[in-house]
Amino acid sequence: MLDKNGIAKRIAREVKDGMYVNLGIGIPTLVANYIPAGVNVVLQSENGILGMGPFPFEGEEDADLINAGKQTVTLLDGASIFDSAMSFGMIRAQKVNLTILGAMEVSENGDIANWKIPGKMVKGMGGAMDLVASAKNIIVAMQHVNKAGESKLLPKCELPLTGIRCVKKIVTELAVLDILPQGGFRLLERAPGVSVEQIKNATLGALMIEGEIPEMSI
Amino acid sequence: MINRVVKNAEDAVRDITDNMTLLVGGFGLCGIPENCISALVKKNIKGLTCISNNAGVDDFGLGLLLQTKQIKKMISSYVGENAEFERQMLSGELEVELIPQGTLATRCLAAGYGMPVIYTPAGVGTEVAIGKEVRTFTYNGETKEYLEEKAFEANFAIVKAWKGDTAGNLIFRSTARNFNPMMAMAGKITIAEVEELVEVGQLDPNQIHTPGIYVHRIFQGEKYEKRIEQVTVRKRG
Repeated sequence: MLDKNGIAKRIAREVKDGMYVNLGIGIPTLVANYIPAGVNVVLQSENGILGMGPFPFEGEEDADLINAGKQTVTLLDGASIFDSAMSFGMIRAQKVNLTILGAMEVSENGDIANWKIPGKMVKGMGGAMDLVASAKNIIVAMQHVNKAGESKLLPKCELPLTGIRCVKKIVTELAVLDILPQGGFRLLERAPGVSVEQIKNATLGALMIEGEIPEMSI
Repeated sequence: MINRVVKNAEDAVRDITDNMTLLVGGFGLCGIPENCISALVKKNIKGLTCISNNAGVDDFGLGLLLQTKQIKKMISSYVGENAEFERQMLSGELEVELIPQGTLATRCLAAGYGMPVIYTPAGVGTEVAIGKEVRTFTYNGETKEYLEEKAFEANFAIVKAWKGDTAGNLIFRSTARNFNPMMAMAGKITIAEVEELVEVGQLDPNQIHTPGIYVHRIFQGEKYEKRIEQVTVRKRG
């Protein structure tokens, strides 16, 4: 079973040299820590940065330089700054190659719910709806089951949707899966020490299992 | 050159009155028009509709106008980090319309470019699409559904820039740019407060982000607090 850093580490292997990548808040942010040396990627922050760097050294924070999570950050050499319309323009025009974000639920046809729980304080969708509606390649980092042990990989999302038929790949504490074009979760890899049976029991949506499922190497 | 300079924030917001719609620049607390927000608090006008990506925090940014109950409606993409906001929203005192961030930016852009509507895939198949026209377009070989979204119509836009000149030309600094340029373009009347106001000829025309034609009033703000919402740092070495 993977912890949060394990999920981030596994997703980092999906990040290829030369990609422009948007990382969501939470586990996706951790992915930046595990991108292998020699793989050059440019991180996009939707408030208007390409080439986002790490947090600043203490005392060097700049109130005018924050990321989409409102945290102080730095710029790498070659970075650029732009306005919010251009930021979502490059997202909509599919110039950003990969979007990694968290989810509360994903359905077997690739629908995603991650912004609203009815009856709880609603904070808003921020840029998530724009990202999932346009990105060509969306990887979701999420927990396979909730605290009550109920599956979050469902035949149909129960929570209000963020986007439809958009998720391509999912990495959870138990498995790596992709969404088949005709619908259904296809099991690709098991987390270390996790059996196919465990994954079956934790997945409520249609699950395709073909042949021997390898244990992931991270 | 046409001179766009006004004395101060009070002068700039002099004719903003009850029940008007305002576009307010900034992302979180970054690049917000601090002086104009203070002037609006002092003026105590009510019933405002504010279009702004966020709603500030309890004691700063648009949170100040929420404390004094001057805002009737917020149109934003993300509104966490504000207890008073939450209280007013749950009690029904405050109307809130949540829209996708890119939609918010592009509806400003459309207003500044003279286009009444835009089409975006953001929100298709979600509750954001309720009551909106959906069109199907094939573009670059991909057939998708798009929502029709309208250009904003706001009485005033209030933005913050780093430098400006007396003709209203603006330069923004770092990610404090965010929504400011497109909101500047979208106001029927646009007010810009700047950290440094210079004479015409002092800014390089090649470096201007927002041309003065979009800016009706400009002044040099004072005592910028530039509060940071989340200070995140790393250790040296």
